This record gives sequence, C-alpha cells and structure tokens, in this order.
Amino acid sequence: MTLAQPAPVSAAAGAILPGVRWALVRDLRIALRSRAELGVQLLFYVIVVALFPLSTTPERTLLSTMGPGVLWVAALLASLLSLPRLFAGDYADGTLEQIALSPYPLGALVSGKILAHWLTTGLPVALLAPPLGIQYAMDAESLAILTAALLIGTPILSLLGAIGAALTLGLRSGGSLLALLILPLYVPVLIFGAGAVDAARSGLGAGANLSLLAAGLCIALVGAPFAAASAVRIALD
Amino acid sequence: MLEAHELAAHRGHSRLFEGLSFRLETGHALVVTGANGTGKTTLLRMLAGLSLPAAGEIRWNGDVVAPFDPLVRAAIAFAGHAPALKDELSAEENLVALVALAGESVPRESIRAALDDVALGPKRALPARVLSQGQRRRIGLARLSLLKRPLWILDEPVTALDAAGIAMLAGMVAKHVARGGTAVAATHVPLGLPDAHVRSMTLA
Repeated sequence: MTLAQPAPVSAAAGAILPGVRWALVRDLRIALRSRAELGVQLLFYVIVVALFPLSTTPERTLLSTMGPGVLWVAALLASLLSLPRLFAGDYADGTLEQIALSPYPLGALVSGKILAHWLTTGLPVALLAPPLGIQYAMDAESLAILTAALLIGTPILSLLGAIGAALTLGLRSGGSLLALLILPLYVPVLIFGAGAVDAARSGLGAGANLSLLAAGLCIALVGAPFAAASAVRIALD
Repeated sequence: MLEAHELAAHRGHSRLFEGLSFRLETGHALVVTGANGTGKTTLLRMLAGLSLPAAGEIRWNGDVVAPFDPLVRAAIAFAGHAPALKDELSAEENLVALVALAGESVPRESIRAALDDVALGPKRALPARVLSQGQRRRIGLARLSLLKRPLWILDEPVTALDAAGIAMLAGMVAKHVARGGTAVAATHVPLGLPDAHVRSMTLA
C-alpha cells in the first residue's frame, strides 16, 4: 500500500457500537485487574449504610422509614467516590488523547466508559441493597422497590457524574469541585429514588416515581455522553 | 500534504509564535526544534487537531481541518509525551487495544511480530507496570509500525529510548517517508533521514 493517496476515511468513522464495545471491554478488563480498588468502594458503601442504625436507634419503625433514604445517600457517595477514576487515569497517561483522536465517535467511546463505570459501581450497589436493607427492618416489597429504583437511578448517577468528571479534568482540586458540581444534579434522582418506597407504603404506588426516574434515565442517556465528550475535548485543548 | 497558514499560539497573555506557515509535501518529514517553552508541543498538538490555533488554519490534503476533524482522525498517528499505556494490561494487550482504538484490525501474529521487532517479544505478557520507560516507548514504536496512517505526529519520540531504540525509530520514519508518508517530529536528535526529504524548522 502506498500512503501518497489521500487517506480513505476509515471504516471506523461513525461506527458507534464497535466504539462502545472497545471502551467497555478495556475498562472492564482494567477494573477486573484492580479489584481491590472496587472492593474498597463497595466496602465504603456497606460501612456507611451500617453506621446509621448503630448511631441512631434500634427502633424498627423509625429504621424502616429512614432506610431507603440512607441507602440512596450512601449510593450517591459511593458513586461520587469512584467518579474521578472515570477519566483521570486516561488523562494522566495520555490514553485520553488517543481516545479523542480515534476515528470512532468520541460520544460512543465515552458511553462505553460510562457503561463500564456503572457495571463496576452502580450495579453492585443496587444488588447489595436487599441484604443491607434487612438491617433497616424493611419488608420484602419495600426492598424490591428500592432495588428497582436503584437499578434505574444509578445509571443516571454515572451518566451525570461523567460530565462532572470530564469538566474537572486537570484541575488541582478536581475531586472536591466535582462533588460541588455534581451533588446538586443528583438531588432529583435522590428525591424520586428514595420517594419510591414511601409512595408505595402510603398506598400511592411506586409507579410514578419509577417512571420519572426512567424518564430521567432516557434524557441522561441521550444527552450526557455528548456533554461529557465535549468536556473531554475542552479538557484536552 | 500538510499545510499551515499563519498559525499563532498564545499561552496566557504571552505569545508563543505567530505567523507560522509551512507546506509539507507527501514523502517529507518536518523536524521541529527549539528551546524549551517555545511552543513545539503546542504546534504539534495543533497539527494533530487536539488544540485550536489562536489564529490561522491548517490544511490536510487541501481541506481546511478543525480540531478533532474526522479527516485528520482517520489519517493521523499521534505519539504524545505520555505513551498511553495502562499499567494493568500486558504489553501485548496494550498494543492490541491501541491498534483497535485506531479502528484498524491487525492479526495477532502481526502484533507479536511488531513486538519482536522492537525487542519486546519475550516481555509481551508482562504488565506494562514492570516495563522500563524505554520499553514503554518501544511499545509506541510497535504501534506506529502497525498503523497504516499517512501522517505521523511525534512529540519528543526519542525520550527514554536507548541508541538501538533511536535507530529503530529513525529507520521507521525513513521507511514511512519513503513510502510516501508524512511525518512531523519535535526532536533534537538527528534521525538520519536523506536530506532531500527533511525540512527543519526552529521555533524561537
């Protein structure tokens, strides 16, 4: 092959799914090789949840009222704790430049990274909710609704968090700024997520809360990868 | 063909360079030299499409290209200061991932042959964490040799390389240029290219 001709635009240009797959597979493989770090984040979540019954009251009705809220706040903090990892490593070792220069759409590569982030942090957090909820004397129905809300809500945390993580790349106090930037955006997710169990208990049914969470997830799915991709480009300039 | 027209770069309020123009025909290499802080990396990042010039335009094969232009992304092999390796992955896995990220599919035998060529064959299963800086750079050389990209942008490519590594790099650039490729490198080490195909530029 001679290189003198103008380069044909690569077949990879515009290929969304292979781009998502590349980032997903690579990030999952790296996460599996650094399991200790993931374990620390989950342990943090478990400990935060366990501290509340110890520090407040063993009274069952009170515990079962505050349980969903505590689990949601702990999930938020666990997500926040893991967010700097999303882009900072790739930024420091030069991979992010190669990602931005790849013929694959940057939004697709970023989506793959966000999906890997959710699979390694949000999903375990949601799956750990039922055993942790037992500490709060929650009944089976409440636990099911809480887990469903976390399954719909934690991807929103990863998607919104990715925008913040990309915006704070390269800043000296990026971690604390990220918390200030992202926690207010997490508030609606927290309200509808934690409110789902309350709504079911009061007889209103959790449907409305879960639907609103799902609508939020749809909006975040469409918008967040592109916003995060733009923020990555700004960080590299 | 890579052209720059009246490029300017600012850092804060100070000017790095202004009115920088050049034209690099296919089959030529441009060697950029200059003291530290004169804007070599900034220029290379502009040419790679990572940074927006403060003024001026860049043309690739006659088309004006903006930062992150798909035309450039399909044509470029960029090697920056950091070698883009993941400590957790082995040398071979890193190389496979980087080649796949560039949208090219290369058979596993070619990947291993490229690692053999840069004398990393016996170390291909080791995690990048335990490789020396020079060995990490050599993975970058293997990547350059595997990617079929017409435009190479190399920022300080000889950093941490030993004499054999520098000779490998020079050989690769010479071969690339001879095949009709274009290369821009910021380096102070002579790459031993035939003079007729090398342009030099010193930033001040």
